[in-house]
Amino acid sequence: MAATLSVERLRVSFSHRTGSIEAVDRVSFEVARSECVGIVGESGSGKTQIFMAAMGLLGRNAQVSGSVRFEGNELLAADASTLNRVRGSKLTMIFQDPMTSLTPHLAIGTQLAEVAVAHLGMPWKDARSFAGRMLERVHVPEPQRRLNQYPHELSGGMRQRVMIAMSLLCEPSLVIADEPTTALDVTIQAQIIELLRAVRGEFGMALVLISHDLAVVAGLADRILVTYAGSVVENAIAEELFRQPRHPYTADLLKCMPNIGGARLARLPTLAGQPPRPGETLEACPFAPRCSRAADRCRIERPQLTGSAASQVACHFPLT
Amino acid sequence: MGGLTGEAARRLRSNPAAVVAVVVLSAIVVLTWLGPWISPNNSQTLDWLHIAARPGMQSSHWFGTDRLGRDLFVRTLAGTRVSIAIGLAASVISLLVGVSYGAIAGYIGGRTDHLMMRLIEILSGLPLIFFVIFLTVIFGRGEYLLFFAIGAVGWLTMARIVRGQTLSIRQREFIEAAIASGAGTGRIIARHVVPNVIGPVIVFATLTVPQIILFESFLSFLGLGIQEPGASLGTLIAEGAAEMEAAPWILLVPGSFLALLLLCLNIFGDGLRDALDVKDG
Repeated sequence: MAATLSVERLRVSFSHRTGSIEAVDRVSFEVARSECVGIVGESGSGKTQIFMAAMGLLGRNAQVSGSVRFEGNELLAADASTLNRVRGSKLTMIFQDPMTSLTPHLAIGTQLAEVAVAHLGMPWKDARSFAGRMLERVHVPEPQRRLNQYPHELSGGMRQRVMIAMSLLCEPSLVIADEPTTALDVTIQAQIIELLRAVRGEFGMALVLISHDLAVVAGLADRILVTYAGSVVENAIAEELFRQPRHPYTADLLKCMPNIGGARLARLPTLAGQPPRPGETLEACPFAPRCSRAADRCRIERPQLTGSAASQVACHFPLT
Repeated sequence: MGGLTGEAARRLRSNPAAVVAVVVLSAIVVLTWLGPWISPNNSQTLDWLHIAARPGMQSSHWFGTDRLGRDLFVRTLAGTRVSIAIGLAASVISLLVGVSYGAIAGYIGGRTDHLMMRLIEILSGLPLIFFVIFLTVIFGRGEYLLFFAIGAVGWLTMARIVRGQTLSIRQREFIEAAIASGAGTGRIIARHVVPNVIGPVIVFATLTVPQIILFESFLSFLGLGIQEPGASLGTLIAEGAAEMEAAPWILLVPGSFLALLLLCLNIFGDGLRDALDVKDG
């Protein structure tokens, strides 16, 4: 069966006054139908840029190469009108900050209905009631009243629910959630994650969950991709990854997660050092300077992502 | 825009100067429409018995007459009406052209933006009076020419303001979200950009009206605008200026109307700006 999304040797770089900055470096992976893939990485590791490229949202100064195929169709070469048919209907995105991703001067109902009008060709009246029903399905209380409210009248969690409702309107086959809980309170975070889990069961779409928080991804993802300095360093089934991380970076990340049941630690362990600045390392393993297992080979040869579909790792000396 | 507009209206109402300005403005507008019905006189009939008569209640010429014996009350009101009409019409034109031009330039950006802005710079570099005189020489005097000349220039600043606002709005995330939901460029400009610049646009438009009225009066004063027997405040003031020493009221009546009108429009515009909380400058 063809994958819903397949990314092949995707490369994104940004030209800048001081030269070109590599944000995503030859990333390849697939998202199968109805699969939930978590993408975890530090800020600046390129996790968002992969999907910005897929959605055609990169800035003017970006150069993209490689291939991003969605349901068999190439997205990178598509023109705007083809892209506009896919974006927002079959391939949708939930953004990080619901405070700023809704247009402040349009009522919630209008914004939701607009998507249905544009993509499904519904008349406005039907689209509005359709939007109301969708709000109900994402557990927004008093959906009919919300339709006439403006974004500033809603709380952050409520707005994120609206964004989720908007992304689901046209029964997408893939939803990309870019750090959907980062801007929210911890309690609301849990609710939103719970909601994503519920709608995934209900709509059966594939979900890409981008986060810098392993805990957010843990409960939801079938498979997890760990990104570091623009490339994927580990791609494994979620349980495997948590049980037995293979890349030293993943292992270190897991050590940094506080554990309620575990021993009380004087200090939460952290990763020493800084990730390389984009464009710095091309020949060496980007994690080598921070890695406890690094050997001479790591500093001269960049490891490639290898292994079976269940577990791929980019390391010369994996843990298992 | 329910909630936001309501809030702005409330703030406007709590500003006494703006409320007075609105009341006076509405009074002037109502008067310009009703005035000619109340007065027994016609704006173009000559009253040979009362030439350059003083203002007073004893004759039917409440504001006096000019040196041809025409009733100043009716003429001033007719002139005010013409001035307001030109001000509004030219503002609407500058609003439509300026907003779409600015939003397109700002949103599309890049080379398109560059070209469009250079065109604005060239147009705004034209010495206006010279431009109008030039046009009158070629096409002859006329009201439509006046509209055209004012319209050709009025939208430039508006386009600049809208472009500037658009540039900052383009960076906001809801635009990204709109692109990600598959909205085309036209839809994004019309539904997600323009409604968000409407605040500064309204304020600037209200402040454009008095500017245009003043400019029209200036052109008419120079004899380039509305022609006799028609009247605008500018032509009336020009007439009055000629008789300033012998019959000052011919100048003072339309002069005070113009001053009052401009003052009220400016106060109203300022009040509106405060109410909509648009940054100064």
